[in-house]
Amino acid sequence: MEKARKGIEVSIALAEAAAQADVDVVAAYPITPQTHIVEHLAELVAEGELDAEFVPVDSEHSAMSVCCGSAAVGARTFTSTSSQGLALMSEIFFIAAAMRLPMVMALANRSLSSPLSIWNDHTDTMMVRDAGWIHVFVENGQESYDHTLWAFRVAEDPQVMLPVAVNLDGFILTHMIEPIEYVDNQTVKNFLPEFKMKNALHPDNPVSMGCFGMPEIYTETQMAREEGIKNAYPTILKAWEEWGSLTGRYYHPIETYKTEDADYCIVTMGSYGETAMEVVDALRDEGEKVGVVRIRLWRPFPFDDFRKAVLGKQALIVLDRAISFGGPGGPVASELRSALYGMEGAPSIVNYVAGLAGRDVARDDFRKIILEGKNKAYAHDTDGFTLYGLRG
Amino acid sequence: MDRFSVFSSRLVEKAEYFTSGHRACQGCAEALAVRLVMKALGRDTIVAMATGCMEIISSPLPTTAWKVPWIHVAFENSSAVVSGCEAGMKAMMRKGKLNQKKINFVAMGGDGSTADIGMGPLSGALERGHDMLYVCYDNEAYMNTGIQRSSATPFGASTTTSPAGKKSIGQQTQKKNLPQIAVAHDIPYVATACSSFPFDLMQKVKKASAISGPAYIHILSVCPTGWRIQPHDAIRYGRLAVDANVFPLYEVENGEYRLTYTPYKVLPVREYLKGQGRFRHLTDKEIELIQKNVENDYAKLLKKCGGQG
Ligand SMILES: Cc1ncc(C[n+]2csc(CCOP(=O)(O)OP(=O)(O)O)c2C)c(N)n1
Ligand code: SF4
Ligand SMILES: [Mg+2]
Repeated sequence: MEKARKGIEVSIALAEAAAQADVDVVAAYPITPQTHIVEHLAELVAEGELDAEFVPVDSEHSAMSVCCGSAAVGARTFTSTSSQGLALMSEIFFIAAAMRLPMVMALANRSLSSPLSIWNDHTDTMMVRDAGWIHVFVENGQESYDHTLWAFRVAEDPQVMLPVAVNLDGFILTHMIEPIEYVDNQTVKNFLPEFKMKNALHPDNPVSMGCFGMPEIYTETQMAREEGIKNAYPTILKAWEEWGSLTGRYYHPIETYKTEDADYCIVTMGSYGETAMEVVDALRDEGEKVGVVRIRLWRPFPFDDFRKAVLGKQALIVLDRAISFGGPGGPVASELRSALYGMEGAPSIVNYVAGLAGRDVARDDFRKIILEGKNKAYAHDTDGFTLYGLRG
Repeated sequence: MDRFSVFSSRLVEKAEYFTSGHRACQGCAEALAVRLVMKALGRDTIVAMATGCMEIISSPLPTTAWKVPWIHVAFENSSAVVSGCEAGMKAMMRKGKLNQKKINFVAMGGDGSTADIGMGPLSGALERGHDMLYVCYDNEAYMNTGIQRSSATPFGASTTTSPAGKKSIGQQTQKKNLPQIAVAHDIPYVATACSSFPFDLMQKVKKASAISGPAYIHILSVCPTGWRIQPHDAIRYGRLAVDANVFPLYEVENGEYRLTYTPYKVLPVREYLKGQGRFRHLTDKEIELIQKNVENDYAKLLKKCGGQG
């Protein structure tokens, strides 16, 4: 059945997904390239199309703090930020996960200063990689819309109770106009039950949240967090499956493209996946046995799915969008290296960092990265990383 | 009616919402202030508290001193957290997701949290007009981390980061006037209070919670540990601060100033400073200077109160 698709800016569609989720509280602070998302929500509230409290806060730090308070009383909560905004709120970002406060953030990925840059890469999100949020990366407008609704469903599930960040590449996605298929409100209602928080702050059921932990108990609280995010995995899968049965769009933690008979693969996360697939198509025509592995679920990291997808291949060329300075290279590659370390049939890994702060990585660049990366892998030249496109 | 309510010890709410067994130092008048505030607020209250002494002493896992819903997120953001609680409940009640109920949304923080690191969030919350009360427990330093100065530490006080020494008097700046900053937001209610004047304190809290819109109460909270006095003297020093006009008790309702207490006999500031370890290094000349400052500040306040006094 062909459904109606609208040509619409991705930010607007994402905001409308949040509105369809009937959010109660939106708290956010302006920062490019996230702004269109919250501007549109403010407009929907102003026009009476969304019954929610739009809290125009004094900073991102306060945005995340308001979201914590709102989630703690059991309200459906949405926010959005980028880059410096995420850095400023990072203190509270960590606490939101530690306190198991469900909320959804559209994280329009952008580079961190300095030099100041408003353009896209993954340096902001990598900074909060270990905060305990569920992180998903989307590749296009439809996925942005779909995952906003999916994120509420996962975050608020009693088995999960964690904040979820929907990572979408700034500008590359946020400012694009794409054909997007909306689901109707009834479908949203069926997919996304009302948020009923068990121990919400309420005078009829007094609870203390965010207590002080002595060394005798801190360790145990951290293990509880680790188990909590790992246990979210089945719910994550179930939510995708249900979404698929409602919309025909099925998603998976690790998505593969032409990998079955591939000797080697390029690994991407975020919007680069689509370009990678196009380039792989072309290379296939030239006889290259190459495929694409796209990481959709970043936290909790789907170790088994990833290993299943790549064990037995000869090489992986991992494309990172951030650098861990003085460290092992790109954060994605270093994780994948450790995920495969010592495993039988583990492919060797070549790491490229590319597309920092909006530096374009076009098809030709992908082609170069893939072919050069393959040669490096076969020559056992796999140490460290290469900063692609660096001008001399 | 609220305005004229009368307190006597027998009429005071017996129920405790901030219960005993917490870990405050002996004689902590900040803990007493919290207890009194909670008595006045009653059960239908949600408290968001900043990091600091009161948070640490009341919530060591797995225990809690709180009988009302209570949340601590971080040091600088209790005002923003409570904004979120209020916004969330307001939306849910309006949309029928939650039964209607009048709830007091109360943020609490120390002077460090309020005057320094949380100034921006507090200003934001007051400006946005949430139906909330912010209570600042002012013990005039960062006590939880070991008596460091804040911008609410008074001139001449020796703290661990404004130590008195051969070349320093101790704190070299004047105490930041937080109630005035709150007043500048044109909110409906601002007041000062002190736990040595419990009925005045509770009456103000009741008034603040009955008002819709933001309210701010600034409570001088004597800290024997940080002020270096005997625990059994905490209440007395609170009285001395007020009776020497160092910390006048007043309220500002819709911009109208009113003194709520006038000392029967104004004491010399020296009486208040005397015996406090944090002021022991002060010379007569310096005390004279502080006396002058106190008189000037009080005169300014009186003027705002329309000369009443
Ligand atoms: C962002 C941040 N900076 C510093 C601290 C350390 N810290 C915790 S409590 C505190 C001082 C609290 O002082 P105040 O607000 O006056 O409360 P008191 O303990 O005196 O009641 C400080 C500096 C922190 N927890 N978070
Ligand atoms: S240090 Fe001061 S404020 Fe903190 S608990 Fe002890 S007496 Fe109370
Ligand atoms: Mg203090």
